[in-house]
Amino acid sequence: MGIFDKFADLLEQTKTLSSFGQSPAGLKFEKILSPTEAMLNGKRTILLGTNNYLGMTFDEESVQCAIEALKSEGTGTTGSRVANGSYNGHKALEEDIADFYGMHTAILFSTGYQANLGAISALAGRGDYLLIDADSHASIYDACRLSDAQVIPFRHNDADNLNRKLKRLENEPGSKLIIIESIYSMLGDMVPLQDFVDVKNKHDNTYLLIDEAHSLGVLGDKGRGLCEHVGVEDDIDFITGTFSKSIGTVGGFLVSNHKEMDIVRLASRPYMFTASPPPSVVASARQTLSTVAAATDKRKQLWENATQLYTGLKNAGYELGPTISPIVAIRLQDPEKAIALWNGLLEAGIYTNLALPPATPFGWYLLRSSISAAHTSEQIALAVELCTKIGVELGLITLSNSKKANIELVSVKDETKPAALNGSSEKRPRAKAEPKSAALPKADGSAARA
Amino acid sequence: MTSAPLHNEDDGVSAIVSEIQTQLRTRVSAEIPVEPGTHITRDLGLDSLAIMDFIFDLEDSFDISIPMERIAEVQTVADLAKAISTLRKEAA
Ligand SMILES: Cc1ncc(COP(=O)(O)O)c(C=O)c1O
Repeated sequence: MGIFDKFADLLEQTKTLSSFGQSPAGLKFEKILSPTEAMLNGKRTILLGTNNYLGMTFDEESVQCAIEALKSEGTGTTGSRVANGSYNGHKALEEDIADFYGMHTAILFSTGYQANLGAISALAGRGDYLLIDADSHASIYDACRLSDAQVIPFRHNDADNLNRKLKRLENEPGSKLIIIESIYSMLGDMVPLQDFVDVKNKHDNTYLLIDEAHSLGVLGDKGRGLCEHVGVEDDIDFITGTFSKSIGTVGGFLVSNHKEMDIVRLASRPYMFTASPPPSVVASARQTLSTVAAATDKRKQLWENATQLYTGLKNAGYELGPTISPIVAIRLQDPEKAIALWNGLLEAGIYTNLALPPATPFGWYLLRSSISAAHTSEQIALAVELCTKIGVELGLITLSNSKKANIELVSVKDETKPAALNGSSEKRPRAKAEPKSAALPKADGSAARA
Repeated sequence: MTSAPLHNEDDGVSAIVSEIQTQLRTRVSAEIPVEPGTHITRDLGLDSLAIMDFIFDLEDSFDISIPMERIAEVQTVADLAKAISTLRKEAA
C-alpha cells in the first residue's frame, strides 16, 4: 500500500490515451511562433485550442509595457498584497477594470481560477446558499468546497429549475448567491441570461455572479461580455473574469457595483495567501485591456472566423455545440475515434483540445477548438478540410453527409511547409471567400437552447 | 452499514424508496437489481453526470432541493431515501 496507489486508474487512463499517439496532457511546444502557430515535434502547427480570442499574446505594445515594468520593478512581488503591500500597477489595474465595466470596485487576483475561488468562497459564508449551474467550471466547484455555504446545483442553463430552488429557500434567512457562466467552456453554449436575471429579480436577498471568462473582449459592443451584449449590466451583482484568454496574459478579477466590496479582500483566502501578480503581467494586462473597448474589428473578425469554422464542420456532418461561438466543439461518442481524430489532426499540423468525461457534458468526448481573431481564413479552411478528411477516414462522418465534400479533400501537402499563412499580423491578407454573416448570438441567449 | 431496517419509524421512507426504485429502473439496465441496500455510485453503472440528472428528477418529484453536502453522505438507496425524508421534514 502506498500513497500513489489511488492513482492506478488515472495512470491506466493516461497510458491508454497516449498509446494511441501523443499524450493529450503532455504536449510540449518547442517554439511559439505567433498567436496562431507553434512548432510541435519539429512541425509547424496551427494552434486551434488556446483561448487566445483576440490574438493579443504578441501584441507589440503589451510586450513593450511588460519589458519596461520588468526593468523598473523587477521580476516579481515576492508576496501577497495584504502582507507585503500593493504596487502602483495593482491599484491602477483595478481602477482600469472598474472603469472598463463602469462599476464601483474591482479586486485583482493572481489567476481567474483564484478569482472564482476567492470571490465565491468569501461572498457566500455560513448560513448562505450557493446556487450553481451543474456544468460549472472546476474553479466554481472548488470554490464551493472552500465556502461554508450550502451548495445547491441546478440543471444546466435551466432558469425554471433555479427558480423552483429559490422558492424553496424563500423563508431561509441566509443570502442566496447564483453562479453562472456567460459562455460555457466545453461546448461554447451561452447562458439564457435574461431568464436568469428575471429569476434573480423575483427573489429577495438573492445575488447573481457571472463568470465572463470566455466572453471578455468577445461579446458586447465594447467587449465587456455577455452582460453588455444582453443589456443587463445593472442587474448583475458580481462579474469574475480572467486575463488568461482574450487579454493574453494571466490574472483574474472580481468587479461589482456594491460599495462594500473592498472588505472582501480580507475575507478571501485565495486573495490573501498567495503572491500578487508580477509587475510585467500587470503592465501587459493594463495595456491590452485598454485596447479591448475599441477592438471592434477584431471582434467582428473573431465571429466571422468562428462562423467559418462552425459552419464548415457542421456542413461536413459533425455534431457540434448548440450555437456558433468562438468555442467550437465536435461531439463524439467513441473514445478511440475521438483520440484518433485528435492525433490525426496533430500529425497534420492542427492542435486542438481533447476533452474527456467527466469534465464534459453527457459523457461526450469532445474535440474542442477555440478560434482567434488572428486566425486567417486559410488556416480555418485547412482545419475544416483536415477534420473532414480524417473524419471520413475514421468513419465519423460520411462523404454524403458532408455537403461540403466538394472541398475535394485535397490531400495534405508537403508537411514541412507552413501549414498556412502566419496569422500574427493584423494586416494579413484574407481570402475573398468570407463567410456570409458574423452571426452573433441572439441577445436573449436563446440560441443556447436551440 | 447505513442501510438499516426501514420499517421502525418509517416516516414514509419506504414510499420514498419505491419512488427512487421506479426512477432508477428507467436508467439502469434490467438485469441490475435496485434494492434499498444498492450502492448508488458503485452498483448501478451510472456515471456522475447520470447520477446528477437522477437527483434533479428526484428533487422535482419530492419538491425539495438536495444540497451537495447531503449527497456526499449518501451511499445506498436507503441512505438517499432517509436524506430525502429528513429534507422534507425540514422543509415542512
Ligand atoms: C469558465 C472559466 N472560469 C475560470 C477559468 C480560470 O481562468 P484562469 O486560467 O485565469 O485561471 C477558466 C479557464 O480555465 C474558465 O474556463
